[in-house]
Amino acid sequence: MRCGFCLPACPTFRETGIEAESPRGRIALMKAVTDGLMMPDQSFEEQMSHCLGCRACEPACPADVKYGQLLEQTREAIEAHTESHRWWVKPLRHVVFKQLFPHQKRVRLLGGAIRLYQQAGLRKLARSAGVMKLLPVHLSEMEQVLPDASSKGIVQKIGSHHPAKGTKIAKVGMFRGCLMDMLFTETNIKTVELLTEAGFEVVIPDTQACCGALHAHSGEMKDARSLARKNIAAFQAAGVDYIVSNAGGCGASLTEYDHLLHEDEQWREGALWLAKRVVDISHLLIRSGKLAAAQPEGQPIRITYQDSCHLRNVMRSADAPRKLLRDVSGAEFVEMFEADRCCGSAGTYNIVQPEMAGGLLARKMEHANATKAHYLLTSNPGCLLQMKLGAAKHGDGQMQVQHIVDFLHERLVHNSSDKVKEQA
Amino acid sequence: MLQETVRQQLLAIVGSDFYKDDPQSLVTHSYDGTPMLQALPDGVIYPASTEQVSAIMKVLNTHRIPVIGRGSGTNLCGGTVPVEGGVVMVMHRMNRILEVDLENLVAIVQPGLITKSFIAHVESLGLFYPPDPSSMAISTIGGNIAECSGGLRGLKYGTTKDYVLGLEAVLASGEIIRTGGKLMKDVAGYDLTKLLVGSEGTLAIITEATLKLVPPPKYKKTMLAMYKDLYGAARTVSKIIESRIIPSTLEFLDNATVRVVDDFAKLGLPLDMEAILLIEQDGETEMVERDIARIEEICRSEQAHSVSIAESPEEALKLLTARRSAFTALARLRPTTILEDATVPRSKIAEMVLEINRIARKHQVTICTFGHAGDGNLHPTATTDARDKEEIHRVEAAFAEIFEAAIRLGGTITGEHGVGLVKSPYLEWKVGSAGIEVMQAVKQAFDPHHLLNPGKIFAKQSRKRVVLQHG
Repeated sequence: MRCGFCLPACPTFRETGIEAESPRGRIALMKAVTDGLMMPDQSFEEQMSHCLGCRACEPACPADVKYGQLLEQTREAIEAHTESHRWWVKPLRHVVFKQLFPHQKRVRLLGGAIRLYQQAGLRKLARSAGVMKLLPVHLSEMEQVLPDASSKGIVQKIGSHHPAKGTKIAKVGMFRGCLMDMLFTETNIKTVELLTEAGFEVVIPDTQACCGALHAHSGEMKDARSLARKNIAAFQAAGVDYIVSNAGGCGASLTEYDHLLHEDEQWREGALWLAKRVVDISHLLIRSGKLAAAQPEGQPIRITYQDSCHLRNVMRSADAPRKLLRDVSGAEFVEMFEADRCCGSAGTYNIVQPEMAGGLLARKMEHANATKAHYLLTSNPGCLLQMKLGAAKHGDGQMQVQHIVDFLHERLVHNSSDKVKEQA
Repeated sequence: MLQETVRQQLLAIVGSDFYKDDPQSLVTHSYDGTPMLQALPDGVIYPASTEQVSAIMKVLNTHRIPVIGRGSGTNLCGGTVPVEGGVVMVMHRMNRILEVDLENLVAIVQPGLITKSFIAHVESLGLFYPPDPSSMAISTIGGNIAECSGGLRGLKYGTTKDYVLGLEAVLASGEIIRTGGKLMKDVAGYDLTKLLVGSEGTLAIITEATLKLVPPPKYKKTMLAMYKDLYGAARTVSKIIESRIIPSTLEFLDNATVRVVDDFAKLGLPLDMEAILLIEQDGETEMVERDIARIEEICRSEQAHSVSIAESPEEALKLLTARRSAFTALARLRPTTILEDATVPRSKIAEMVLEINRIARKHQVTICTFGHAGDGNLHPTATTDARDKEEIHRVEAAFAEIFEAAIRLGGTITGEHGVGLVKSPYLEWKVGSAGIEVMQAVKQAFDPHHLLNPGKIFAKQSRKRVVLQHG
């Protein structure tokens, strides 16, 4: 099918106008390589890494072409055969994909190291000594917007079992994520509080692993599969009704475990079990409806929302966060033009493809600034960091960037507890 | 790959970013929206102005190198597949609206402009450009003109040809011609404007177009009529026209199409209906209400199972957008989707639908039918598998018979997609051998060395639908 309906949905095609930079073009290239019409040379590899993997082409496709799966298979094949990485890429990939992300403890150690760097004056020293200038501009910019990291994850901080307040609706297992747990531990804690407040019992199995999204998107399918098995075992043992995620990227990856493990007879059923139960926090909160709308003090505020591509295009959940935000009283929700377009973060994309990511971000911030919102909210740590970077680079200093959970927690949980107190 | 001297001349015209002959560029310009066709060009060029197009044509003409004009490559007749190699000329950079003349109600645009952006722009000015091919979100105005695209509003408002008042085009020699203009009447010589519209890139490269705009309708109403009996639905179409009502849209979808469209667009349509008619009328409020009431009566007299009116403009838009996805959505059923474009006089719609079903049964192939029934333009669509050669053979045989039936009923082999490569073996059936001769003489006058989109429209007599691979 080559109808081209995907072209207008694709950010890289929009940015360049070149057929090869579109989903139809990339699929044609993949097919040409399979058919032997073209060699999988370096420019082919570059084109495949140029795709953001935002998957906006999938909901736009009436033919239901599974672009994401085609891309993953292609990247896996490239990874298995490539010799063209720059000298430092292979060892770095090895450390990141095999030594770091599969091990939650090591992620926390890294969090501790970053925190040490941030707190012990090293950051100040490094910045004043000009060390940052040695890094490419886009990396040092990113370093500046990194929030304070933590060596303790959510389980270390608040434990793994949290009963529901009031009548229990269901038992949910929380997927804590790697970046979320290291850089946004507070957001994870607030996620638990929002959920318990809304009537859910929350457990956070400590044996859960990284979701494997970064691995899968980078062609490391074997590792992605082994991480998936760990997660299935962890959540099955916890016997939960739902698995909740507060990061669109992780959530989407979990919902696709059934595809990831479809050839694995032993784990196929478990994968399906897990995939069916995965739900984003916004969606779960909407379903419960037990949170009272808040009445914040002071002036009414204006809010806008940047979709997480994977939440929108893979989990197909674009309405739930908006509905929640519209329910917050005293706040005016303003839709930003093309909120459904990728911000350029896309996992590690903004690090490896700074040029394209920078272009997308500049355009995105134009639209964000046009809303004149006080708060720009997102549903994924990668997007959150990218938007923070965008606000720092292109903003007027008036716009705060927050995870939707932090924003809702401030307005819903406080309020809800107050109400309970008042009633008592 | 072109000779180095030719490459250098082309690079000198457009610069190194806009002439490409790397494998990626060649592969991604080796196909269009048509299934089963692929052929590699020798190069891809992106001109930025009429002058560049002219300079490029002069180089290519000197060296006798074919050129294939291309917009977004959404056409369904193989019209932009470079079957004889050469240079694909992509018009995307020439995408500006040069002028909207509010006094004369015309717009002057460049060919690479995306149709939907154009429509949105003129609507923001309180005007209306009716041609709305289903691919309009990505198709270009230049492509629409080259193929004379139709759309959902064709029956009341006409198609692209009815809105092109003037053109600027570059001939194979590199000469620039201008036809028509901002004027409504013009009989100075042969009507070259009309001749170029729908000429499928075989006569000239269109570089600018003057388009007619009309006032937008004040009011519209959209309805759905559902049928358990396919024939009843088809008869309704003929009866509405016979009652001298011309709706702005009158679309037909059979059961299989309804199912896939609903699966994509999640409209909650009933899946047990044999056919659905999507009907829209626009204009003055009173007339719309009267027509819709009368249409409803006709639907009921033809045993419609139910008739419903869209409750909001959003719901109506959703239905129309879903209908536009029908062709692509059918790809959910089987790996290969071959859509055709048989058209009959409107009174023969019911007969044609029955013929299509009979022929599909006879050849044991699956053919779903949907289309712009109100203008007699049906899209019988085979869902098949290109890897099954034997089945493809039966599909081809069935389509040949469908075209034959269309012509027998006073119709044609294509209503809006063009002849291109895939219909070329059948063109003679429609226009006769004298017709082909005249057309070839016209071609000769414009393009004596047959450099513009070679292999299209005119087929070698014996040619059947072919699968081309590996350039």
